[in-house]
Amino acid sequence: MASKLSISLTVNGQTYGVLVEPRRTLADVLRDDCHLTGTHIGCEHGICGACTVLVDDKPVRSCLMFGVQAEGKAIRTVEGLADGETLHPLQRAFIEHDALQCGFCTPGQIMSAVALLSEGRAGSADEIREFMNGNLCRCGAYGNIVAAIAAVASPPDGR
Amino acid sequence: MHPFTLERPRDAAAALALGAGPEGAATVYIAGGTDLLPLLKAEVGRPERLVAIGRGALDASIEVGADGALRLGAAARMSDVATHSGVSAAFPLVAQALLASASPQIRNMATLAGNLLQRTRCPYFRDAGSQACNKRRPGSGCAALEGSNRLHAVLGGSDHCIATHASDLAVALVALDASLRLRSRDGERRLPLEAFYRLPGDTPEIETVLAPGELITAIEVPPAPAFARRSQYLKLRDRASFEFALVSAAVALDTDGARIREARIALGGIATRPWRLRGVEAALAGGPADGAAYRVAAEEAADGAVPRRHNAFKVELLKRALVRALETAGGRL
Repeated sequence: MASKLSISLTVNGQTYGVLVEPRRTLADVLRDDCHLTGTHIGCEHGICGACTVLVDDKPVRSCLMFGVQAEGKAIRTVEGLADGETLHPLQRAFIEHDALQCGFCTPGQIMSAVALLSEGRAGSADEIREFMNGNLCRCGAYGNIVAAIAAVASPPDGR
Repeated sequence: MHPFTLERPRDAAAALALGAGPEGAATVYIAGGTDLLPLLKAEVGRPERLVAIGRGALDASIEVGADGALRLGAAARMSDVATHSGVSAAFPLVAQALLASASPQIRNMATLAGNLLQRTRCPYFRDAGSQACNKRRPGSGCAALEGSNRLHAVLGGSDHCIATHASDLAVALVALDASLRLRSRDGERRLPLEAFYRLPGDTPEIETVLAPGELITAIEVPPAPAFARRSQYLKLRDRASFEFALVSAAVALDTDGARIREARIALGGIATRPWRLRGVEAALAGGPADGAAYRVAAEEAADGAVPRRHNAFKVELLKRALVRALETAGGRL
């Protein structure tokens, strides 16, 4: 039986000391050991994107990465977006544009969108669609998701 | 997932000393993990020990040399190579193939060498519950021969396996005459990427000439300035994005505008390994750079094809994809 490893993860600027088996995925460690359940687990095969988090500012699939591989890196999850009671602009835009129905995929959608905006990939609706291709929405809210991201990329009223 | 222990060697020498093998082995290398984790979850592999060789352990550098050659460290991430300004300027075929691959999240994790070594997407290989797969269980048969084989190879297959090789990057690199640097405990060697991949024959479980415990350390692409402006990676798939190729065509032309001096062509999605088309290249060389010549040359692109019950459409599709890629590449002056 594999022994557990004691590792330290930095999530949303906070340090979490956890004792985990090497085979535990980052998604499981975030949810079960760090008790950050905003990161959702959908397919567990790297297809759906619900588990998307940022590792060193880049969106990755936390179901395709072992928790121990994230040691020493800066992890950002959906819990790290809001500033107290003030929502992140993308969170607000998703609400305003009705960019979700059941909401299960939403944390992953928003984390991918955070990276897309910081990487300057919101030049057009087509570009947004291409760089959001790794996030599936089974309710089919795609049109509104693209609209929400586009609104934050180039706000109509300049806010 | 079968439990395992994890080793984190500091460098290639330390990794080689740990002696990992292919997925079936007790000790297996892991880099980005995007292909390995699903295989471990499905228990297609049940290693006792993983050896982590991603960035940090192996070279992840990206360099376009003064001579115009491209050198890519084995652990370079797909996303870093795809967005590297030197790569997109001098080797647009490589950047296009990478950006047509997977999703941003995967490209941010997966390494180049891992991409080249990814296992087939054949659903029978990936389903440890299905009985017949010669790749996964040598001698057990091939369920795809008489089963659902719409996605399978029409070229390079055998009576033992018709699984396609899924890498887009490998198709572009084979067209560009790329080589691999390999390192083992016995030393280093260099060989063309095209010669790295084996046809399945009667041992489809052996996909490459990589020896047990040997590592890819770098990818080298010779200078290709004449091809940079006239190249195209065309990928046709069941949906517009985030899907593997039904057919892909990597095309690079060296022309004087009206006539083709040299053509480089490889296809993906249709064969058991990246499929270089030297016959078509020879037919195009010296001829006019126009649609009529492309259509004549493309007629022999599927020579030797063995279509199965559900994938015969690929024979015609690959010819049309090739013509379209040539037209796009040739028209970009």
